[in-house]
Amino acid sequence: MTSAFGSVSPARRIKDRAAAVFMWGAFALAVIPLVSVLWTVVAHGVGRLDGDFFGHSMNGVAGRDPGGGAYHAIIGTLEQVLITSAIAVPIAVLTAVYLVEYGGRGRLARTISFFVDVMTGIPSIVAGLFILALWLLTFGFEYSGFAGSLALTILMIPTVVRATEEMLKLVPHELREASFALGVPRWRTICFVVLPTAFTGILTGVMLAVARVMGETAPLLLTIFFTKAINNDPFSGPQGSLPTFIWDQASDPNQNAINRAWTGALVLIGIIMLLNLAARFVARRFRPAGR
Amino acid sequence: MTSETGVETHAEARTAARRRAMRPTSTGRVGDRIFASAARGSGILVLAIIVAIGVFLIVKAIPALQKNQANFLTSEVWDPNAVPPKFGIAQLAFGTVMSSLLAMLIATPVAVGIALFIGFYAPKRLSGVLGYVVDLLAAVPSIVYGLWGVAVLVPHMDGISRFLNTVLGWIPLFGGDSPGKSSIFTASVVLAIMILPIISSLSREVFLQVPRSHLEASLALGATRWEMVRMSVLPYGRSGVVGASMLGLGRAMGETIAVAMVLTLVPGINIHILENGGATFASNIVNGFNEASETGRGALIASGLVLFVITLVVNMAARAIVARRKEFA
Repeated sequence: MTSAFGSVSPARRIKDRAAAVFMWGAFALAVIPLVSVLWTVVAHGVGRLDGDFFGHSMNGVAGRDPGGGAYHAIIGTLEQVLITSAIAVPIAVLTAVYLVEYGGRGRLARTISFFVDVMTGIPSIVAGLFILALWLLTFGFEYSGFAGSLALTILMIPTVVRATEEMLKLVPHELREASFALGVPRWRTICFVVLPTAFTGILTGVMLAVARVMGETAPLLLTIFFTKAINNDPFSGPQGSLPTFIWDQASDPNQNAINRAWTGALVLIGIIMLLNLAARFVARRFRPAGR
Repeated sequence: MTSETGVETHAEARTAARRRAMRPTSTGRVGDRIFASAARGSGILVLAIIVAIGVFLIVKAIPALQKNQANFLTSEVWDPNAVPPKFGIAQLAFGTVMSSLLAMLIATPVAVGIALFIGFYAPKRLSGVLGYVVDLLAAVPSIVYGLWGVAVLVPHMDGISRFLNTVLGWIPLFGGDSPGKSSIFTASVVLAIMILPIISSLSREVFLQVPRSHLEASLALGATRWEMVRMSVLPYGRSGVVGASMLGLGRAMGETIAVAMVLTLVPGINIHILENGGATFASNIVNGFNEASETGRGALIASGLVLFVITLVVNMAARAIVARRKEFA
């Protein structure tokens, strides 16, 4: 920090150094738990990463028994997440379209935008309780994978709305104007010009949102309940899921069960990290034109 | 300065005019009307969901609250399955507020440090990657933090708790005779790690908005890097950081599984946060759900309603702060 006008006084230099050390330290402090979490999960989880784990359920397997697997849980998680996306994505994308293309700065649009932000902060357990109160206790449906999907939908909508909104804002106005000038109706402009342009961005947002809701445990415990057996039908009866599988196995004191929990965690983290990486890849590889 | 603002208003007027031109109120075509109302309907649905959450939680909580023999707000007992049912949220409220406030206090300085590090200290080329590394912390599911917390963090907390107890024992909060591992303090350390990424990424966004000219001006006046940060970045980003840490607070309050796995349930409020015990709204719900009778479920829903209202207030306040900042920016 020397300049043509002389050097910086020692006190200031020391403060500057100390601050720099603090910043580096803060970052290191954040990396420690990340590395520790990933390392622990891999180290404990890799032991049971075998064919049994992916090919079998926990039906008839007690906590102390070796073997057993998460087949039922993986099936459950995939089905629930698919249903969640099928419900949440259309609603969220349409909401974002309203906010960007129709709402402008009107009062309704501003209210919706504000509450979408607020909705991102709704605790996942409250979403679960809501579906419990509405779907199971008021309407009288039984525990099912679909009920879990409904709870996850509430958590997924705001994330996808925000991501889509950001992407739609990036679509250049000239594209819309060109389309209007050709006499194309507004809705066709949105469907065939605006949305395709923003498609990869929206896809990235959806993948990140899927990765986020996939790890949710609390709302599922209240809505899909719990089963050790394979249930391929998400619309009837309790269903398994990876997070609730981990929760159940981790609460068992036997080492065999705890090992299964770690492997479950490894598989879950693996899927989530893959989705995250894929999302980054899509975002980088297919940037929308005209940016 | 005047010319600059002049240019800005001009540009703004132009985009506003463009928007107006782009928004013919209705072309009257059937397709347009259907699509527009579908979009508007989805938006309204989002509002309806939030209202419905409140309504249905209230409806399902009322019967249990009517049967309750204890004061719902002040009682420390949670025994809704007994006859007659007795339950109150005092202990849960204490555990929730205490653990998440502590988590916020621990996480905010670190998160701001990270944001400043990525923005102003780390090599420019690495900033994207480093931001991604911090975001990965957010990608780890709550249940995995719980597993990790029990297996790795809890054993390590023994020494730290004892140390804090000896050094800071004169503060009642850190007092007590038997500092333990599965305490509210341990829970708040886990929570702090979990809310770190959201606070740091929001702070980063705010710091990125600091006008370059301010930074360059302070460097040109001979400021060191730290002086630049302290005098032009931090004042500019203060309210944004406050909003971000409040969002983190809201997140911490609703966090369920990791807390439920780390805490051991001991009934009653214990002001000594280093001792074992404590419960939060969320952890109480997952722990009590399986054994709950009908009244028990109602009681859990009632406590969930309180959590919903608290987080709603915290979030709305935080969003309002962040939004007001945006208008100034």
